[in-house]
Amino acid sequence: MTTTQGSVASGRDTVASGRDAPGTARPATAPAATTLPPDLADATRDEQSLRRFLAGLPGVDPVGLEQRSAGLATRSIKKASKLAAIDLAISMVDLTTLEGSDTPGKVRSLAAKARRPDPDVPGTPSVAAVCVYPDMVASAAEVLRGSSIGIASVATAFPSGRSALPIKLADTRLAIESGATEVDMVIDRGAFLAGNYGKVFDEIVAVKQACGATRLKVILETGELGTYDDVRRASWLGLLAGGDFIKTSTGKISPAATLPVTHVMLQAVRDWYDRTGERRAVKPAGGIRNTKDALRYLVAVREVAGDEWLDPFLFRFGASSLLNDLLMQRRAQTQGHYSGPTYVTVD
Amino acid sequence: MTHLDWEYAPAPESAAIGRIKERYSMFVGGKFVDGRGDDLKTINPATEEPLAVVSTASTADVDTAVSVARKAYDDVWSRMPGAERGKYLYRIARGIAERARELAVVETLDNGKPIKESRDGDIPTASAHFFYHAGWADKLEHAGYGPDPKPLGVAGQVIPWNFPLLMAAWKIAPALAAGNTVVIKPAETTPLSILVLAEIIADADLPPGVVNILPGAGDVGSALVNHPGVDKVAFTGSTAVGRAIQASLAGTRKKLTLELGGKAANIVFDDAPIDQAVEGIVNGIFFNQGHVCCAGSRLLVQESVADEVLAKLRARVATLRLGDPMDKNTDIGAINSREQLDRITALADAGDEEGAERWTSPCPVPDRGFFFPPTVFSGVSQSMRISREEIFGPVLSVLTFRTPDEAIAKANNTPYGLSAGIWTEKGSRILGMASALRAGVVWSNTFNRFDPTAAFGGYKESGFGREGGRAGLGAYLQEEN
Repeated sequence: MTTTQGSVASGRDTVASGRDAPGTARPATAPAATTLPPDLADATRDEQSLRRFLAGLPGVDPVGLEQRSAGLATRSIKKASKLAAIDLAISMVDLTTLEGSDTPGKVRSLAAKARRPDPDVPGTPSVAAVCVYPDMVASAAEVLRGSSIGIASVATAFPSGRSALPIKLADTRLAIESGATEVDMVIDRGAFLAGNYGKVFDEIVAVKQACGATRLKVILETGELGTYDDVRRASWLGLLAGGDFIKTSTGKISPAATLPVTHVMLQAVRDWYDRTGERRAVKPAGGIRNTKDALRYLVAVREVAGDEWLDPFLFRFGASSLLNDLLMQRRAQTQGHYSGPTYVTVD
Repeated sequence: MTHLDWEYAPAPESAAIGRIKERYSMFVGGKFVDGRGDDLKTINPATEEPLAVVSTASTADVDTAVSVARKAYDDVWSRMPGAERGKYLYRIARGIAERARELAVVETLDNGKPIKESRDGDIPTASAHFFYHAGWADKLEHAGYGPDPKPLGVAGQVIPWNFPLLMAAWKIAPALAAGNTVVIKPAETTPLSILVLAEIIADADLPPGVVNILPGAGDVGSALVNHPGVDKVAFTGSTAVGRAIQASLAGTRKKLTLELGGKAANIVFDDAPIDQAVEGIVNGIFFNQGHVCCAGSRLLVQESVADEVLAKLRARVATLRLGDPMDKNTDIGAINSREQLDRITALADAGDEEGAERWTSPCPVPDRGFFFPPTVFSGVSQSMRISREEIFGPVLSVLTFRTPDEAIAKANNTPYGLSAGIWTEKGSRILGMASALRAGVVWSNTFNRFDPTAAFGGYKESGFGREGGRAGLGAYLQEEN
């Protein structure tokens, strides 16, 4: 363990006010020197304490969890409530392209779409951020200059995370220097599954330090963790190490985001809030392709974490194809008929 | 930009699907006939508006019904091969499934329970009970009651208002599978769904007299269980009535099973999956407005996690949506009757007087209809009425314990013994606790799960006999010597 707690996990204000636009980082002024409650500060004192703390978290009963998740999926969302939810969901999208074949041109057109998702329909909200590889950040920044849309970049040897820390830090710096306003890092799942929690913790702390005021999303890659118990432990590890977001997946592994997994992570941020007074954010990513699914996530946000999390600052969707379905459903709500995929842009 | 306030859309199910008629009659000898008792008006407890008029039985009608049931037993049903009886039961099971949506609406309008519970719980499970027992009808010799077990004769059955159709299925299906015929009395406030079931039974061409349904009040029930032509009595309801039935049947040759009240302990250990335990606590006491005899109405939580569990519980309960039972978003519906609402109110007030700390969900409460907001009492001790008496409403009493032995002592320190819940990640503790708890059903890391294959029944003042599963069949078969 390279650092003691208290310094890294501070700096987030706890009051939901004074925000200017979705997706933007809150002013990094006056880090409100949050001191963690003694038990949480103690948890990161050394490897043993961290292990004991994570092992001491309440277990997750999969049957009960999945039952509750399925129950929440039956809430009725229609008409005005659907339109409001669709707009909210659009404003929470991290519009993403993470292909080896990405080109500056593709990223520029994606960024243009982020600004005006549905040029034919005025009043459509813009998305929260675009999410690209570090070498593509500059292309996105070019188009997004002057907007409040965030530029998220996956750094730290994404998607496997299998590289040395100095390389991960260099990757992070590249993203930030190129103009990224948010960094999405992957944790070292190998170290996590080997029980080497201290290594995972230290890496997150180091990346957070490299980020400075830039918001950090910690990708747990829940599809590789195996159990909900481990999802909960990884969530707490990410929160303890100072991650601003905990994020489910890279999108490169199946299963990616699922409702029950997101449910566990929402409980973790809710529990974190109850113990520290700080609101941290959650981002499911991968596999959320249609409006119906997105609305189910919003119901979970509302009923598991609370109304305060219905906010692009505190909840995001990592997605590429979701946006078009949201736009089509939005048109169906506002225009009274469904027009189909040829009426929305493909990039 | 601050966060968006976002509400769900109201999604009321259409009352028209219930096809509620203006008038319903009793079902005797395969026909719908008016009884000689007074008419009763059944109301929608969520609106207090009348739903339908139901003709009730008189004691003379009880005589008629028992004699046609006897004739049907002697002439047809007891002689019919089991495989044939099974076909009728399958037909009824399918009939319930086919008219599930209609039945769900009828049940919700008449009882006040949320449509999502009648639709997803009561009706499918009622159908499942007929399917399950249909399977037994031709396999009774394999049930462990001898090589050729015989039915008992005419079963007189009295069912409560909390799960009107489901309780009808619990009673009728095993009786018919075993070869008995049935005279059954639904509760005064909830006669409608079983009369729709009567239509399904009629459509299934069940031989006349095999199932007879007599709406009415306690006098009809009393006449039925005391009728000399009845061979077997099955009652689900309050302990007071059950005690009276047992007293009046003592010394007769009638077989008796009783499913009575409960005051179940839901025991949460410090190593429990806390979030799921909170769900289980909510499901345990707020399911069906707490109108559940096996409801987990006493929460026993280990002292070391009591504050955490209570805080999470309150946060969770505050998200429960109380209101129009016909709205698919509603989690908690209406209390079945004004009488029951008054009883819940009085018992909750007793909790205040005895010094327990009351917490009530801040949910809005409709200004008409019978509603009681979810309520949690903390600081409860064993001596208080709210921890001893069955409240039969959405009221939870929270007690704490320090050791497993203390949990067992407190859980068993009740006149009742119908169900219990254990929440722990430790398997050996589940097994140890389950064998130490004097309760008919012990759930671990879940609560209020029902299945036709699982026997259900109580200890002590929660009654005796089992329903469901192989054991439930035994209650409708003669013991071989």
